Amino acid sequence: MNGIIIVIAILIFATAFGLWYRTNNGRMQTVAIHTAGAAEHGGEILDARTIGVDLGARATLVQFSSAFCQPCRATRQILDEVSGMVDGVVHVDIDAEANLDLVRALDIRRTPTVLVLDKAGRIRGRASGLPRKVDVIAALGDLD
Amino acid sequence: MTTATEVCTRVSIDPRGPRFGGAITTVVLAIALFTMGTAVGTAVLTWQTIVFGLGAFVGLWAQPYGWVFRTFISPRIPVPAALEEAAPPRFAQLVGFCFLAIALAAILLGGTLIATIAVAFALAAAFLNAAFNFCLGCEVFLLFKRLVRSG
Repeated sequence: MNGIIIVIAILIFATAFGLWYRTNNGRMQTVAIHTAGAAEHGGEILDARTIGVDLGARATLVQFSSAFCQPCRATRQILDEVSGMVDGVVHVDIDAEANLDLVRALDIRRTPTVLVLDKAGRIRGRASGLPRKVDVIAALGDLD
Repeated sequence: MTTATEVCTRVSIDPRGPRFGGAITTVVLAIALFTMGTAVGTAVLTWQTIVFGLGAFVGLWAQPYGWVFRTFISPRIPVPAALEEAAPPRFAQLVGFCFLAIALAAILLGGTLIATIAVAFALAAAFLNAAFNFCLGCEVFLLFKRLVRSG
Protein backbone atom coordinates (compact mmCIF):
# COMPACT_ATOMS: atom_id res chain seq x y z
CA MET A 1 0.00 0.00 0.00
CA ASN A 2 2.86 2.34 0.92
CA GLY A 3 4.39 1.75 -2.50
CA ILE A 4 1.28 3.02 -4.30
CA ILE A 5 1.27 6.26 -2.28
CA ILE A 6 4.98 6.79 -2.97
CA VAL A 7 4.54 6.20 -6.71
CA ILE A 8 1.57 8.59 -6.92
CA ALA A 9 3.47 11.26 -4.95
CA ILE A 10 6.51 10.94 -7.23
CA LEU A 11 4.39 11.19 -10.37
CA ILE A 12 2.60 14.31 -9.07
CA PHE A 13 5.87 16.04 -8.13
CA ALA A 14 7.56 15.01 -11.37
CA THR A 15 4.59 16.30 -13.41
CA ALA A 16 4.65 19.64 -11.59
CA PHE A 17 8.38 19.91 -12.21
CA GLY A 18 7.99 18.84 -15.83
CA LEU A 19 5.35 21.50 -16.49
CA TRP A 20 7.55 24.16 -14.87
CA TYR A 21 10.49 22.94 -16.98
CA ARG A 22 8.46 23.04 -20.17
CA THR A 23 7.39 26.66 -19.55
CA ASN A 24 10.81 27.99 -18.59
CA ASN A 25 13.16 25.90 -20.72
CA GLY A 26 14.95 27.94 -23.35
CA ARG A 27 13.28 31.21 -22.36
CA MET A 28 15.37 34.21 -23.35
CA GLN A 29 16.07 36.67 -20.56
CA THR A 30 17.29 40.00 -21.80
CA VAL A 31 19.34 42.64 -20.04
CA ALA A 32 18.49 46.25 -20.88
CA ILE A 33 21.34 48.49 -21.97
CA HIS A 34 21.08 50.86 -19.00
CA THR A 35 21.49 48.03 -16.51
CA ALA A 36 24.02 46.13 -18.59
CA GLY A 37 27.37 46.26 -16.86
CA ALA A 38 25.77 46.63 -13.45
CA ALA A 39 23.81 43.40 -13.28
CA GLU A 40 25.41 40.44 -11.58
CA HIS A 41 24.89 37.89 -14.33
CA GLY A 42 24.30 39.67 -17.55
CA GLY A 43 26.14 42.79 -18.50
CA GLU A 44 29.57 41.17 -18.20
CA ILE A 45 31.78 41.92 -21.17
CA LEU A 46 33.33 39.07 -23.13
CA ASP A 47 36.15 39.72 -25.55
CA ALA A 48 37.41 37.90 -28.63
CA ARG A 49 40.16 36.17 -26.66
CA THR A 50 37.74 34.72 -24.12
CA ILE A 51 35.36 33.22 -26.67
CA GLY A 52 37.99 32.34 -29.28
CA VAL A 53 36.50 34.22 -32.25
CA ASP A 54 36.19 37.86 -33.29
CA LEU A 55 32.98 39.50 -32.12
CA GLY A 56 30.26 39.98 -34.71
CA ALA A 57 29.82 43.50 -36.07
CA ARG A 58 26.28 43.48 -34.76
CA ALA A 59 26.03 40.62 -32.26
CA THR A 60 27.63 37.35 -31.17
CA LEU A 61 25.69 34.23 -30.18
CA VAL A 62 27.74 32.25 -27.67
CA GLN A 63 26.56 28.68 -27.15
CA PHE A 64 27.85 26.45 -24.35
CA SER A 65 27.63 22.74 -25.21
CA SER A 66 28.69 19.44 -23.66
CA ALA A 67 28.98 15.83 -24.72
CA PHE A 68 25.91 14.67 -22.82
CA CYS A 69 23.49 17.23 -24.12
CA GLN A 70 20.42 16.26 -26.11
CA PRO A 71 19.27 19.68 -27.36
CA CYS A 72 22.75 21.03 -28.23
CA ARG A 73 22.57 19.85 -31.82
CA ALA A 74 19.19 21.48 -32.41
CA THR A 75 20.41 24.67 -30.72
CA ARG A 76 23.45 24.73 -33.02
CA GLN A 77 21.16 24.46 -36.06
CA ILE A 78 18.94 27.31 -34.91
CA LEU A 79 21.86 29.63 -34.12
CA ASP A 80 23.59 28.76 -37.40
CA GLU A 81 20.41 29.63 -39.27
CA VAL A 82 20.03 32.96 -37.45
CA SER A 83 23.68 33.93 -37.94
CA GLY A 84 23.39 33.03 -41.62
CA MET A 85 20.23 35.08 -41.96
CA VAL A 86 21.13 38.27 -40.06
CA ASP A 87 24.16 40.28 -41.20
CA GLY A 88 26.92 40.90 -38.67
CA VAL A 89 25.90 38.06 -36.36
CA VAL A 90 28.52 35.45 -35.42
CA HIS A 91 27.79 32.08 -33.77
CA VAL A 92 30.40 30.37 -31.61
CA ASP A 93 30.02 27.01 -29.88
CA ILE A 94 32.07 26.57 -26.69
CA ASP A 95 32.73 23.19 -25.06
CA ALA A 96 31.64 23.77 -21.45
CA GLU A 97 33.75 20.90 -20.09
CA ALA A 98 36.95 22.30 -21.58
CA ASN A 99 36.24 25.81 -20.29
CA LEU A 100 35.10 25.20 -16.72
CA ASP A 101 36.63 28.42 -15.41
CA LEU A 102 34.58 30.48 -17.85
CA VAL A 103 31.54 28.33 -17.07
CA ARG A 104 31.92 29.08 -13.37
CA ALA A 105 32.62 32.78 -13.91
CA LEU A 106 29.42 33.15 -15.94
CA ASP A 107 27.49 30.72 -13.72
CA ILE A 108 26.53 28.44 -16.60
CA ARG A 109 24.62 25.55 -15.04
CA ARG A 110 23.17 23.68 -17.98
CA THR A 111 23.90 22.94 -21.58
CA PRO A 112 22.89 24.37 -23.90
CA THR A 113 23.12 27.89 -22.52
CA VAL A 114 23.07 30.67 -25.11
CA LEU A 115 24.41 34.16 -24.46
CA VAL A 116 23.59 37.05 -26.76
CA LEU A 117 26.41 39.59 -26.88
CA ASP A 118 26.04 43.05 -28.37
CA LYS A 119 28.73 44.51 -30.65
CA ALA A 120 30.76 45.62 -27.61
CA GLY A 121 30.70 42.08 -26.20
CA ARG A 122 28.28 42.86 -23.37
CA ILE A 123 25.98 40.01 -22.37
CA ARG A 124 22.50 41.24 -23.26
CA GLY A 125 20.54 38.01 -23.43
CA ARG A 126 20.70 34.59 -21.85
CA ALA A 127 18.72 31.39 -22.41
CA SER A 128 19.29 27.97 -20.87
CA GLY A 129 17.82 25.05 -22.77
CA LEU A 130 16.84 24.94 -26.45
CA PRO A 131 15.86 28.53 -27.37
CA ARG A 132 13.11 29.35 -29.84
CA LYS A 133 14.32 30.89 -33.09
CA VAL A 134 11.90 33.83 -32.83
CA ASP A 135 13.21 34.62 -29.34
CA VAL A 136 16.80 34.69 -30.59
CA ILE A 137 15.84 37.00 -33.44
CA ALA A 138 13.85 39.19 -31.03
CA ALA A 139 16.84 39.40 -28.68
CA LEU A 140 18.97 40.59 -31.62
CA GLY A 141 16.35 43.23 -32.40
CA ASP A 142 16.46 44.46 -28.79
CA LEU A 143 20.16 45.28 -29.13
CA ASP A 144 19.61 48.33 -31.33
CA MET B 1 15.74 3.94 -45.08
CA THR B 2 18.55 3.43 -42.59
CA THR B 3 18.80 0.11 -40.85
CA ALA B 4 19.29 -0.24 -37.13
CA THR B 5 22.87 -1.41 -37.58
CA GLU B 6 23.81 1.64 -39.61
CA VAL B 7 22.19 3.87 -37.02
CA CYS B 8 24.27 2.19 -34.33
CA THR B 9 27.59 2.52 -36.12
CA ARG B 10 26.95 6.23 -36.64
CA VAL B 11 25.99 6.41 -32.97
CA SER B 12 22.93 8.44 -33.86
CA ILE B 13 19.55 7.23 -32.73
CA ASP B 14 15.86 7.88 -33.12
CA PRO B 15 15.08 10.21 -30.18
CA ARG B 16 11.75 8.43 -29.67
CA GLY B 17 13.61 5.23 -28.71
CA PRO B 18 14.89 6.45 -25.31
CA ARG B 19 11.51 8.03 -24.54
CA PHE B 20 9.79 4.72 -25.27
CA GLY B 21 12.35 3.02 -23.02
CA GLY B 22 11.66 5.64 -20.35
CA ALA B 23 7.95 4.80 -20.45
CA ILE B 24 8.62 1.06 -19.93
CA THR B 25 11.16 1.86 -17.22
CA THR B 26 8.54 4.01 -15.46
CA VAL B 27 6.13 1.05 -15.33
CA VAL B 28 8.85 -1.41 -14.25
CA LEU B 29 10.10 0.87 -11.46
CA ALA B 30 6.53 1.55 -10.27
CA ILE B 31 6.06 -2.23 -9.96
CA ALA B 32 9.38 -2.42 -8.11
CA LEU B 33 8.12 0.18 -5.61
CA PHE B 34 4.75 -1.57 -5.20
CA THR B 35 6.52 -4.82 -4.40
CA MET B 36 9.50 -3.38 -2.52
CA GLY B 37 10.71 -5.74 0.20
CA THR B 38 9.40 -8.91 -1.47
CA ALA B 39 11.30 -11.39 -3.62
CA VAL B 40 9.32 -10.19 -6.65
CA GLY B 41 10.39 -6.60 -5.96
CA THR B 42 14.05 -7.57 -5.77
CA ALA B 43 13.75 -9.60 -8.98
CA VAL B 44 12.12 -6.69 -10.84
CA LEU B 45 14.81 -4.33 -9.55
CA THR B 46 17.56 -6.75 -10.59
CA TRP B 47 16.05 -6.97 -14.09
CA GLN B 48 15.97 -3.17 -14.48
CA THR B 49 19.53 -2.88 -13.16
CA ILE B 50 20.69 -5.35 -15.82
CA VAL B 51 18.75 -3.40 -18.48
CA PHE B 52 20.45 -0.13 -17.45
CA GLY B 53 23.81 -1.90 -17.28
CA LEU B 54 23.46 -3.22 -20.83
CA GLY B 55 22.57 0.25 -22.12
CA ALA B 56 25.38 1.95 -20.21
CA PHE B 57 28.28 -0.50 -20.54
CA VAL B 58 27.54 -2.40 -23.76
CA GLY B 59 25.61 0.17 -25.79
CA LEU B 60 22.10 1.33 -26.51
CA TRP B 61 21.76 -1.34 -29.22
CA ALA B 62 21.98 -3.97 -26.45
CA GLN B 63 19.35 -2.32 -24.27
CA PRO B 64 16.25 -4.61 -24.32
CA TYR B 65 13.65 -1.81 -24.48
CA GLY B 66 15.59 -0.19 -27.31
CA TRP B 67 15.54 -3.54 -29.11
CA VAL B 68 11.75 -3.76 -28.69
CA PHE B 69 11.45 -0.22 -30.08
CA ARG B 70 13.63 -0.93 -33.12
CA THR B 71 12.08 -4.31 -33.86
CA PHE B 72 8.38 -3.73 -33.30
CA ILE B 73 7.65 -0.01 -33.14
CA SER B 74 10.16 1.80 -35.35
CA PRO B 75 9.09 -0.02 -38.57
CA ARG B 76 5.44 0.94 -37.95
CA ILE B 77 5.87 4.68 -37.37
CA PRO B 78 7.16 7.45 -39.67
CA VAL B 79 10.90 8.07 -40.01
CA PRO B 80 12.07 10.53 -37.31
CA ALA B 81 12.39 14.19 -38.29
CA ALA B 82 15.94 14.25 -36.95
CA LEU B 83 18.34 11.81 -35.33
CA GLU B 84 20.02 12.43 -32.02
CA GLU B 85 23.40 11.56 -30.60
CA ALA B 86 23.50 8.38 -28.56
CA ALA B 87 25.87 9.67 -25.87
CA PRO B 88 23.31 11.59 -23.73
CA PRO B 89 20.77 8.74 -23.36
CA ARG B 90 23.62 6.30 -22.79
CA PHE B 91 24.90 8.51 -19.98
CA ALA B 92 21.36 8.57 -18.57
CA GLN B 93 21.41 4.74 -18.52
CA LEU B 94 24.60 4.91 -16.47
CA VAL B 95 23.01 7.31 -13.97
CA GLY B 96 20.00 4.97 -13.71
CA PHE B 97 22.31 2.01 -13.22
CA CYS B 98 24.10 3.77 -10.34
CA PHE B 99 20.83 4.55 -8.54
CA LEU B 100 19.54 0.99 -8.88
CA ALA B 101 22.89 -0.52 -7.87
CA ILE B 102 22.66 1.53 -4.68
CA ALA B 103 19.07 0.33 -4.20
CA LEU B 104 20.03 -3.34 -4.64
CA ALA B 105 22.99 -3.01 -2.28
CA ALA B 106 20.72 -1.35 0.29
CA ILE B 107 18.18 -4.18 0.02
CA LEU B 108 20.92 -6.78 0.55
CA LEU B 109 22.05 -4.89 3.66
CA GLY B 110 18.47 -4.48 4.93
CA GLY B 111 18.14 -0.75 4.23
CA THR B 112 14.70 -0.69 2.61
CA LEU B 113 14.27 3.07 3.14
CA ILE B 114 17.45 3.91 1.23
CA ALA B 115 16.44 1.47 -1.50
CA THR B 116 13.01 3.10 -1.76
CA ILE B 117 14.53 6.59 -2.05
CA ALA B 118 17.00 5.48 -4.73
CA VAL B 119 14.27 3.77 -6.78
CA ALA B 120 12.03 6.83 -6.30
CA PHE B 121 14.70 9.05 -7.90
CA ALA B 122 15.12 6.62 -10.79
CA LEU B 123 11.33 6.49 -11.27
CA ALA B 124 11.07 10.29 -11.34
CA ALA B 125 13.92 10.49 -13.88
CA ALA B 126 12.40 7.81 -16.14
CA PHE B 127 8.98 9.48 -16.01
CA LEU B 128 10.41 12.94 -16.78
CA ASN B 129 12.28 11.46 -19.72
CA ALA B 130 9.19 9.73 -21.13
CA ALA B 131 6.65 12.50 -20.48
CA PHE B 132 8.69 15.69 -20.92
CA ASN B 133 11.80 14.61 -22.85
CA PHE B 134 13.79 15.82 -19.83
CA CYS B 135 17.10 14.00 -19.38
CA LEU B 136 17.99 14.30 -15.69
CA GLY B 137 21.45 12.76 -16.08
CA CYS B 138 22.28 15.19 -18.90
CA GLU B 139 21.06 18.20 -16.92
CA VAL B 140 23.17 17.45 -13.85
CA PHE B 141 26.24 16.51 -15.91
CA LEU B 142 27.70 20.04 -16.09
CA LEU B 143 26.92 20.78 -12.42
CA PHE B 144 28.66 17.53 -11.54
CA LYS B 145 31.72 18.51 -13.62
CA ARG B 146 31.79 21.94 -11.99
CA LEU B 147 31.80 20.35 -8.54
CA VAL B 148 34.28 17.57 -9.23
CA ARG B 149 36.89 19.66 -11.01
CA SER B 150 36.88 22.61 -8.69
CA GLY B 151 39.74 25.04 -8.21
